[in-house]
Amino acid sequence: MRTSKPVLLVEDDDVDAMMVRKAVDELEIAGPLTRVTNGEEALAYLRSEGNEKPCIIFLDLNMPRMNGAEFLKVVKADDTLKRVPIIVLTASKEQCDIVSSFDLCVAGYIVKPVDYERFVQALKTIDLYWTLSELPNGRW
Amino acid sequence: MRSSKPVLLVEDDSVDAMTVKRAFKDLKVTNPLAHAINGEEALEYLRNESNERPCVILLDLNMPKMNGIEFLKVVKADDELRQTPVVVLTTSKEEYDIVRSFELSVAGYIVKPVDYKNFVEAVRTVDLYWMLSELPEQEVGVKDANFKASVVG
Repeated sequence: MRTSKPVLLVEDDDVDAMMVRKAVDELEIAGPLTRVTNGEEALAYLRSEGNEKPCIIFLDLNMPRMNGAEFLKVVKADDTLKRVPIIVLTASKEQCDIVSSFDLCVAGYIVKPVDYERFVQALKTIDLYWTLSELPNGRW
Repeated sequence: MRSSKPVLLVEDDSVDAMTVKRAFKDLKVTNPLAHAINGEEALEYLRNESNERPCVILLDLNMPKMNGIEFLKVVKADDELRQTPVVVLTTSKEEYDIVRSFELSVAGYIVKPVDYKNFVEAVRTVDLYWMLSELPEQEVGVKDANFKASVVG
């Protein structure tokens, strides 16, 4: 990523979260990876003044309490939060999930490759793109 | 890009448009490149039912008539158009432009490299990313289904 700000990972599955962490370490992506386990926790994180705001959010869709689509609806209706690019990272290939995510203006929708090496490749491409792209650095 | 649908380039500068076209050719990006020279023309293109919907929109910001930010405001308020990812491709590095664009939920903001080789690399990265990312199979199917339902109903 272009900045060294944290990447916020919203993911309920421990194994999946571990895989992301491992790949982030392996690719030496700058910026800490902060993990929360559902949309509600993610909102609490984003709204707590003491936390550094993430440069990007990786969002799982199927989660308990507040799922990805519900989280997206809240974030995109919030003037201070809506500027953070959100990339869906999910196992779902359902067209209805893809359409409803893009309807809420996500900045990418990646179906998690099951194979670890392919997952690292996917994350590498994401990192490359978001290193090329500018990110809003403005004060919140 | 993942789909074979057109990419819509919204760019008033003909030299810049030619550079994008050339980079597509050099990288063997097979998507047809549709070109509009400002936001107004781009909206006309998008709202003309005989045009195939683009899979991605590449948007310049500084344009006459309707600029990039004005175009984004209209597109993101339109239920039919808002799902198409819009990637800003501009010479502006202004923090104000970057923040405004992300507030309007762009899916990337790329400052055009002046050097052609770097420009090609940038387009390669954009192509790679939108090859990895899913894209919405747009409403055509839904419209057809609605149409069929209304005929059957």
